Amino acid sequence: MKIKTFYFLALIFTTFITFVSGVYADNNPKNIIRLATTTSTDNSGLLAALLPKFTESTGYEVHVIAVGTGKALRMGKDGDVDLVLVHARQAEDKFVTEGFGEKRFGVMYNDFVIVGPNHDPAGIRKAENVVEALAGIANHHAIFVSRGDDSGTHKKELYLWGKANTKAEGNWYREAGQSMGKVLQIAAEMGAYTLTDRGTWLAYEAKSPLRISFEGDPLLFNPYGIIAVNPARHTDTNHQGAMALIKWLISPDGQQMIGDYRIGDNRLFTPSANAGEFVSFSKVD
Amino acid sequence: METLSDATLTALQLLISGNTELWEIIGISFRVSLLAILVATPPAIVTAFVLAYLRFPGRRLLISINSTLLSVPAVVVGLTLYILLSRQGPMGEWKLLFTQTAMVLGQIALSFPILAAMGHSALQAVDKRAWETARTLGAGPIRALFTIMHEARFGLMAALLAAFGRIIAEVGASMMLGGNILHYTRNIPTAIALETSKGEFAQGIALGIVLLVLAFTLNALLQNFQGRGQPVT
Repeated sequence: MKIKTFYFLALIFTTFITFVSGVYADNNPKNIIRLATTTSTDNSGLLAALLPKFTESTGYEVHVIAVGTGKALRMGKDGDVDLVLVHARQAEDKFVTEGFGEKRFGVMYNDFVIVGPNHDPAGIRKAENVVEALAGIANHHAIFVSRGDDSGTHKKELYLWGKANTKAEGNWYREAGQSMGKVLQIAAEMGAYTLTDRGTWLAYEAKSPLRISFEGDPLLFNPYGIIAVNPARHTDTNHQGAMALIKWLISPDGQQMIGDYRIGDNRLFTPSANAGEFVSFSKVD
Repeated sequence: METLSDATLTALQLLISGNTELWEIIGISFRVSLLAILVATPPAIVTAFVLAYLRFPGRRLLISINSTLLSVPAVVVGLTLYILLSRQGPMGEWKLLFTQTAMVLGQIALSFPILAAMGHSALQAVDKRAWETARTLGAGPIRALFTIMHEARFGLMAALLAAFGRIIAEVGASMMLGGNILHYTRNIPTAIALETSKGEFAQGIALGIVLLVLAFTLNALLQNFQGRGQPVT
């Protein structure tokens, strides 16, 4: 009995060590790029399709941390990541002018849509523009689920309520504080309207009872920018790796792959980079 | 909308077909949590021993503090370590944020109070004479500590399982400190959170099944260690 127990413990211990030694197996920071990005680029499957090709051609491994735009920029400010890929133009420009980021490169765009229950209780399908659509929701006190998490989508939504001159508050306005996917599920369960980027929407459309209620206003344009963390401020970030990733994403090959990424028959993102911008910016490369 | 039974069926298929991504996530979970337990246990047992066997000023306060730590939410542990480990924080130099090591640290902080508190009550229950006898028979303090640990082995094993159960199923600290990075810091709980938010319930259920099977195995092991016990005849 004693001996059996001993062997048993020895077996457990060996298993421990074998497992645990794996933790430190691959920890070469030079080859690792940390990208803070929004849930929209990650949940839509775009990065999962692109990044293995990048790793193949450059040897860099990309660690993707998917959060809201606000949190992603915060991580960039603190130097906890090497670069950010986000969608909130004003916040991005502020990030660069305050010296946290080096330069913003446009990568791609898609647009926002308002989705809601099929029977359209606020009657916004006939709306002329997004301002009218939002006002319709507010006037009907139709339930609207907000991201409420300082993400790019949330910032956009607040901007649009401002444009519509409407106070988004009351029992019909619900702040979820969760990711886009979660909010789409919540809106579906509640039979509510919500604002979503088209990429995430296309990824969820098949599983959702909601329908597009309003789309196509120029105000709903949603550009994505990529910014390397300023190496002058945070000397120990992997700046070389960050620039390699930016260069690859805005190269003709990278742009082609973004444009080719589809869910079903739908293109999720339209490439919009200007590669010449990169050449004039990085004299070293 | 897939039904619960559909999702569970797909989940079982994923598990059996050896879906590499799924098994990789399971591997990361186990590696991180086992390492955390391995590191946390020795100091926790020493702490438990000190609390149970020594009398010194501030002992009661220490016990109260440790018991309070039991109820600290995992996200608070995560946030505290996040601030410390961030490049802007005092330990930023070590570049540990968003690594498995950061997750291990978080889980150590979560498991230590459980190990110390449950270890304390287990050791306290051992007859003081066991210690004295071992010492009079010529055992050094370390040898004598092992003797009373042997006496308290069931209680200590329960402490170990409770602590492991908490950290393997913990999502808040792992999400904050690891960042849920695929192939690297995505473990079972953070993957469940992500898959659920994506509406991929099958993956979430598959991972949930793994956790349940694990819990069952651990409890079965504990039963084994409890031995036959002493039935009242």
